[in-house]
Amino acid sequence: MASTITEKILANASHQKEVVAGDFVVADVSYAMAHDSTAPLAIEGFRKITDKVFDKDRVIIVFDHFFPAPTVAGATLHQKSRNFVMEQGITGFFTNGVCHQLLVEKYVSPGDVVVGADSHTCTEGALGAFTTGLGSTDIGGVMATGKCWFKVPESIKFNLTGQTQKGVYAKDVILSIVGDVGAAGALYKACEFTGDYVKDASVSSRLTLCNMAIEMGGKNGVIEADQKTLDFLGGRTGKIFKSDKDAVYVDEYEIDVKDIEPQVALPPVVDNVEPVSAVEGKPIDQAYLGTCTNGRLEDIEVATKILKGKKVARNVRLLVTPASQDIYFAALELGYLQALVDAGAAVCNPTCGPCVGRHGGVLAEGEVCLSTQNRNFSGRMGSPKADIILASPATVAASAIAGKIVDPRDYM
Amino acid sequence: MRVWKFGDDINTDVITPGRYTVTTDKKRLGEIAFIEYRPEFGKNVKEGDVIVAGNNFGCGSSREHSPVAIKAAGISAVIAKSFARIFFRNAINIGLTLFVSEDADKIDDGDEVELNIKTGEVRDITKGITIQAKPLPEFMQKIVNKGGLVEFLRSGGYDDI
Repeated sequence: MASTITEKILANASHQKEVVAGDFVVADVSYAMAHDSTAPLAIEGFRKITDKVFDKDRVIIVFDHFFPAPTVAGATLHQKSRNFVMEQGITGFFTNGVCHQLLVEKYVSPGDVVVGADSHTCTEGALGAFTTGLGSTDIGGVMATGKCWFKVPESIKFNLTGQTQKGVYAKDVILSIVGDVGAAGALYKACEFTGDYVKDASVSSRLTLCNMAIEMGGKNGVIEADQKTLDFLGGRTGKIFKSDKDAVYVDEYEIDVKDIEPQVALPPVVDNVEPVSAVEGKPIDQAYLGTCTNGRLEDIEVATKILKGKKVARNVRLLVTPASQDIYFAALELGYLQALVDAGAAVCNPTCGPCVGRHGGVLAEGEVCLSTQNRNFSGRMGSPKADIILASPATVAASAIAGKIVDPRDYM
Repeated sequence: MRVWKFGDDINTDVITPGRYTVTTDKKRLGEIAFIEYRPEFGKNVKEGDVIVAGNNFGCGSSREHSPVAIKAAGISAVIAKSFARIFFRNAINIGLTLFVSEDADKIDDGDEVELNIKTGEVRDITKGITIQAKPLPEFMQKIVNKGGLVEFLRSGGYDDI
């Protein structure tokens, strides 16, 4: 029977010839990840089940939501997770990047099943794997057993064709899609991105697409692995699965990306998407470049080209957080960080940064932050009376110079 | 049981804002449920009360703090038209009762209801109507019947399936 890539990966991991949407399976997990915010509860669950992780090389702990610890409460949670890492001899322990970026740089291969106690674990599916977010107790269970149950999801196909206009990026494409599909439009579904646009897109841009599958309610984002994926993996190898031509999709979207303009998602929900022209001229207080959505070298490069030799407006603070140490070093070597700091940016250590409001960069009442992140929920970045608007790195960079929201195409 | 009614797309930052979740203390989490979105909730919620909501309840982050906070606040069940999937799994894993019903919007804020946890029957005393929620798939019922994922895995787990 014809199958989707998601069905094939889950069949393989659960040792079955084939599975179909709606089946319940128990799959072998390639990697289980938790971060500083979700690991403590996962460890509590784990300890009630057993005292030894299923594989010390397949459990990954990342401190990225509040590192270095900003409060005693945060430090205490870190202490608890660090003790667990030491006690279990866990080899994958990091404090130098956003968990999803570290997973794609160091671990995930095509065909893997990867679970993370973070909703944006759908990001890693851009490498042709089945990757999804779970809660802490689920991750505790996987740490103990190496297995996880799943209901095989139905799939939605997003066939993206054409080329974007100058100044329009993967972030604009996915914001546009989220606006069309809605916050619950892909609830429980696999979001499979395909088409010429995706084939031509860099791995970095593909990660941006899959990152926001969860903002439509999706279970996983997935893109078939190709030569570009293999090049990105360096020496890592995997098993490449492809959707059959007549595989069943519950929905198919045909999208020509050439019609997409720079987009913004207005508060307080991610599917409140408009073209940037709808809010052009709106003053901003903070501009943020980073996160698992847009903190990669490609994003920093786009922003640097716009900001180089310019100055951030006096009414704006620009914060930049490379998504990993490797990206930080690459941006340093290429002179991007120097150019951004010269323009007035504060470059922070590679973490989730202000995106989750548990660290530096929080917002005061009435302030507006234009950010490259993936969520604009009220209260996420500080005061519940602050506004978060989502956009591409180019829109954020250009707007930081202007001190208000602008169309980046006028700054290129 | 009093009903606390919420709309569509109630997200995890609304339930438990990120900067309040730097703890695993259940009592503290119970106190901060909806602290900014609906401050009167924490002050007036009583043991056994019920949340009724629209579509996609619990969307957003994977943080388990959200269902933990709702359960610790004393809520006995959440009835919604649909749930975000990570929230749904988390609730099953920690033993917070959830019911899916298309008819959730027939119930209003402040209504008095009676709930049959076993059958998913919700009787709205204020309105004199009854709605019937969908039963959980058999696979998930096995986990719920054991009292959550931890107990399920401690007592045979996947080997018994």
